[in-house]
Amino acid sequence: MLQDFKQSLVVSLWFVFLTFPLLVVRVNTIENVVVWRWSNILWVAIGSFVLSYFWRFLLLRRNRRQKQAEEGIASYGPLQAALDNILLRNRAMAVLLVLALIFPLIFDTYQTNIMVTALIFVVLGLGLNIGVGLAGLLDLGYVAFFGVGAYSYAILNYYFDLGFWIVLPIGGILGCLFGIVLGFPILRLRGDYLAIVTLGFGMIFKVMMENWETLSLGPSGIANIDRPGFFGVQMSLAQSTTYIYYIMIALVVLTIIVTNRLKNSRVGRAWIALREDEIACVAMGIDMARTKLSAYALGAFWAGIVGVIFAAKTTFINPASFTFMESAIILSIVVLGGMGSILGVILGAFILVLLPEYLRAFSEYRMLVFGAAMVLMMIFRPQGLISNLRQIYQYKGTKDKTAHD
Amino acid sequence: MEYFLELFFSGLTRGSIYALIALGYTMVYGIIQLINFAHGEIYMIGAFVALIVAGVCTIYGLSGFAILILAAAIAAVYAAAYGYTLEKIAYRPLRGSPRLSPLISAIGMSIFLQNYVLLAQTPDFLPFPRLIPDFAFMDDVAHIIGSPELVILVTTLITMVLLTLLIKKTRVGKAMRATQQDLNMARLVGINVDRVISLTFVIGSVLAAIGGVLVASYIGQVSFYIGFLAGIKAFTAAVLGGIGSIPGAVLGGLIIGWSESFAAGYISSDYEDVLTFVLLVVILIVRPAGILGKVRKQKV
Amino acid sequence: MTENKHKLLEVKGLTMDFGGLRAVDSVSLAVHEGEIAALIGPNGAGKTTFFNCVTGIYTPTSGDILLHPKGLETRRLNGLKPNKVTEMGLARTFQNIRLFSSMTVLENVMIGRHCRTRSGIFRSIIRNRGVREEEQEIVETSYRLLEKVGLEKFVNEFARNLPYGAQRRLEIARALATDPFLLLLDEPAAGMNPYETSELDQLICRISEEEQIAILLIEHDMKLVMKISNPIYVMEYGKKIAQGSPLDIRDNPKVIEAYLGEEVDA
Repeated sequence: MLQDFKQSLVVSLWFVFLTFPLLVVRVNTIENVVVWRWSNILWVAIGSFVLSYFWRFLLLRRNRRQKQAEEGIASYGPLQAALDNILLRNRAMAVLLVLALIFPLIFDTYQTNIMVTALIFVVLGLGLNIGVGLAGLLDLGYVAFFGVGAYSYAILNYYFDLGFWIVLPIGGILGCLFGIVLGFPILRLRGDYLAIVTLGFGMIFKVMMENWETLSLGPSGIANIDRPGFFGVQMSLAQSTTYIYYIMIALVVLTIIVTNRLKNSRVGRAWIALREDEIACVAMGIDMARTKLSAYALGAFWAGIVGVIFAAKTTFINPASFTFMESAIILSIVVLGGMGSILGVILGAFILVLLPEYLRAFSEYRMLVFGAAMVLMMIFRPQGLISNLRQIYQYKGTKDKTAHD
Repeated sequence: MEYFLELFFSGLTRGSIYALIALGYTMVYGIIQLINFAHGEIYMIGAFVALIVAGVCTIYGLSGFAILILAAAIAAVYAAAYGYTLEKIAYRPLRGSPRLSPLISAIGMSIFLQNYVLLAQTPDFLPFPRLIPDFAFMDDVAHIIGSPELVILVTTLITMVLLTLLIKKTRVGKAMRATQQDLNMARLVGINVDRVISLTFVIGSVLAAIGGVLVASYIGQVSFYIGFLAGIKAFTAAVLGGIGSIPGAVLGGLIIGWSESFAAGYISSDYEDVLTFVLLVVILIVRPAGILGKVRKQKV
Repeated sequence: MTENKHKLLEVKGLTMDFGGLRAVDSVSLAVHEGEIAALIGPNGAGKTTFFNCVTGIYTPTSGDILLHPKGLETRRLNGLKPNKVTEMGLARTFQNIRLFSSMTVLENVMIGRHCRTRSGIFRSIIRNRGVREEEQEIVETSYRLLEKVGLEKFVNEFARNLPYGAQRRLEIARALATDPFLLLLDEPAAGMNPYETSELDQLICRISEEEQIAILLIEHDMKLVMKISNPIYVMEYGKKIAQGSPLDIRDNPKVIEAYLGEEVDA
């Protein structure tokens, strides 16, 4: 007890020291004023004191869990157990789908619009999940593929007046092509190098869109992009939002089906094996380059498609929408939700998009919390909120087993 | 020719600062094979703390070169403290986790620290007080190389020499080299590996802070965002020279500094930041081990 | 006696340099149909490097690695990617177990079927009858292999939770799933207790007889090697110093000298 208290006290003092210049002093070298915020010391002291107790408790619990796992005692939470129940799961899905379908009828355009944003991030999360979660390829420039989709619609619409439905597949294919072209040279890099090179690609894309004015109209962006058409019917803003909402629902459902099927297929297993051990993977006859490339390009494909929808929804895009921050948000969706877990990623997207939207006070601290959440998740719950559901296989086995032994 | 020399020295100055930051990446990577994404943020925090110290002093009427040294000293202490805490909180609990985990944790830390400074201080650029005087003896060459540049070059040189001595000559340095060779073996022969890792973070952070203070007083402004780009460029420098190699980091830093400076001077500055990435991609494809790096065969 | 048997793997003058270090120095060796050959030698003799060259993980500096599949033309393996080598019918296990630790035991074996099945991305998305049937075939085959190595009771466990000896057998099952005609085992008995080892030698003999798979193994357990393998090749400091039947090897003075001071489990 006393030991714990002492330790927390030391931690608390340390953090008071650590945060002193940044949290207490605020200098404005333009107007030459210094503000001393002494009360912050108190908050830091109390906060870090309490948190250090929490930290120790969580670490202890984690170590206990790890030991249990080694001894083969699976610790399944009630939520996880419920999700493993297929009947329950299917019913819950049906209810959710019905709720999703009647959402725009109950709520107003503003809410529907927010929901569209959330759904866009669901698809982005699921797309990135293929690379990061399944194949273990950390992509920090994923937003570039989203940008490729958005810009391909904006540009094709601006210069050639092409419609939404024509560009939708084009956006996906272009995203995919970019994925292949960029992926080809870099996929033999080790995990952490890959991360930093993809980060570079994200930045290069943004800078190119800022500077290649003849194509992208530069930093001012492209405005007045057409909303999706529906057999030439004129739609009000509200109707159009609802329309996009349903397009997004359809896309989300499609993405879920496709990624779910792939995850439990020969290709998906190869991705997961690749994440676990590359050398064992190639020694088992899996073509590493091809497998990696397929995961990378498929992720880019979804980003491209959803980029087109994003451009159609906002009717205006500029390079500022495609910064590292967006990539980081998508990554935290995947990490928070659970790498490799489809349900987890969906939940993660809703939490990360809707929470700052509805808790206005929180929105200022959004990135601070996301950053901290990424660290905490890795340490205390690396499998994410909902860990990967396990595929159940049916097998008969040999009948003449007794004859064998 | 004068223009060339001007670009040469400006590239040298930039490059030596990239080198200072790159050393932190290289040393940490050498020991625990982790890209410390938050290293750029430590550099930024160093610069910010220096700004706060210098700002408070100038506002209360003190000024001069001594203030810069005081600010740099305090910044170094704080950067070391942040680096130490960072490792303890975000990386140490993840030893032995899958490779991706500490990397994601590092990215999370980078985002966290950036926003922490943004919220605690300001989203805007703040001017850094001018503390480096114009030395009289530099008047003749001032159009090619200014006093601040001279200060940066000299400081960097001294720092590098001290670092080399530390690593080559001291007991601690020997322990660091041993840990870099083989962490488990170092532990077996009685080296306190945890302490060596902490120390590596502390040294790397101090170097980054020195770089931060120098840049801040050279460019004359600071914001919460400066760590991100500087961090990536310095990382590129480390990779270019050969990650894990200390002379490599210096060489890489200089190459990037010069290529940026000449590209901006002779071609265009629009794509200045992209140039680093293009370089990075090309190096990693052509020579992943870097110029001075050794290819490490993975044990099967 | 081996002359009339079909030669499956033929290695001629294999040399592998790492920088200035010659890890394998012109080693020649052959594995014939129906054989259980062994490669022994003190630690650091270059045995695993030899395996890594043969299986495509390293590209050898010089020499020839020739594979003569029955009824097919001869292929030179030098410089081929590991997955191509595996596709040709040469599978391996690893000395320091390399399982896919967060996949289940069954899924680990299913990965081995990858190179013998065809469903790509598009067909996996559509999941038509052909794909479903192929998937079921993968599951059944994998389960039967688990039964063969005696791991069926662990079928849905995570690979990382298996006891050590079981992990080694799982590696063998996974390698068998690739339908090899030649199996390379890198220290399959390492870390096993005597009971597990005796089970293992039965398993290896069974694989050799029932599946018609030739085997080349690296092993330190001399009792196991002497009992089941013939011929035996001995390496020291990267060079082959002896070859022959267990009796020849046992009495070979060079081999005794090489092992002097080494621990010999006899």
